[in-house]
Amino acid sequence: MARVVVDVMLKPEILDPQGQAVQRALPRLGFDGISDVRQGKRFELEIDGPVDDAALDRVRKLAETFLANTVIEDFTVKVES
Amino acid sequence: MTARPSPTSTLDGGPAGRGNTRIGVVTFPGSLDDRDTQRAIRRAGAEPVALWHRDKDLKQVDAVVLPGGFSYGDYLRAGAISRFSPVMETLIDQARAGLPVLGICNGFQVLTEAHLLPGAMLGNNHLHFICREQKLRVENAETAWTADYTAGQEIHIPLKNMDGRYVADERTLDMLEAEGRVAFRYLGMNPNGSLRDIAGITNEAGNVVGLMPHPEHAVEPGIGTGGTDGLGFFTSILKKLVNL
Repeated sequence: MARVVVDVMLKPEILDPQGQAVQRALPRLGFDGISDVRQGKRFELEIDGPVDDAALDRVRKLAETFLANTVIEDFTVKVES
Repeated sequence: MTARPSPTSTLDGGPAGRGNTRIGVVTFPGSLDDRDTQRAIRRAGAEPVALWHRDKDLKQVDAVVLPGGFSYGDYLRAGAISRFSPVMETLIDQARAGLPVLGICNGFQVLTEAHLLPGAMLGNNHLHFICREQKLRVENAETAWTADYTAGQEIHIPLKNMDGRYVADERTLDMLEAEGRVAFRYLGMNPNGSLRDIAGITNEAGNVVGLMPHPEHAVEPGIGTGGTDGLGFFTSILKKLVNL
């Protein structure tokens, strides 16, 4: 069994108030020098069978149609060893 | 209850001769405003028909309302899971073929996720749930759901949501403005960071309309805002269907 990770992030031009709230809390916690935070979603998919090109294509299709809303979000797919 | 203020408040019909116009209201797990929407439909003089998210059958209704709430818990994204429910398979096809569909709040989110309306809904820019009486301007009074208003008319209806921030890319926003497809705009204040103060939009054909505020909560005196500014959505569609 192999794990495929799908990371979903808001597109750069989309305002991310949650990320901003996290960023604003950092100095108070003593973490300086971080000028921007953007928050996203990580999906870990356990794949039955080989993770070949066909399997990855299916994951990309899944990410494009469901895990991400490509109107507002970008996604990346990677195999975790 | 003994006194009824007007014939339109009857629970099982409406004004004679119009009660056979049937408007479906979809219930998803987590829908909250389906019953209020049915009530608003009855008050306008049409017959509400309950539709179930797992049933592909639209029961030959003349129009459909997707109500407010938190369908499927808003998991993943608001409307993202509901959009793939069996009832939506049929609804998406029929909406593209001209079936009038109104999405209120969560229903609006479902319509954007289904790509029946452009753009997307995100969390309010202030990160809080908001519940208030909201002033809107009706920008387009030619859709199936707004014909009983006049363009430029200001209405007060309740707004209550977490994910009410309408976003789309600049090109889409410019297209919506140019084609008169911004159906409603927030007035007084922008309650959620929606781009260009957009509260609701319509598709190109004018049969699919979505908005964040809740017209179904403003259909009778003394309840909700105390006004009836929301009733026009339901009388608009009724007139359109009767005059077909």
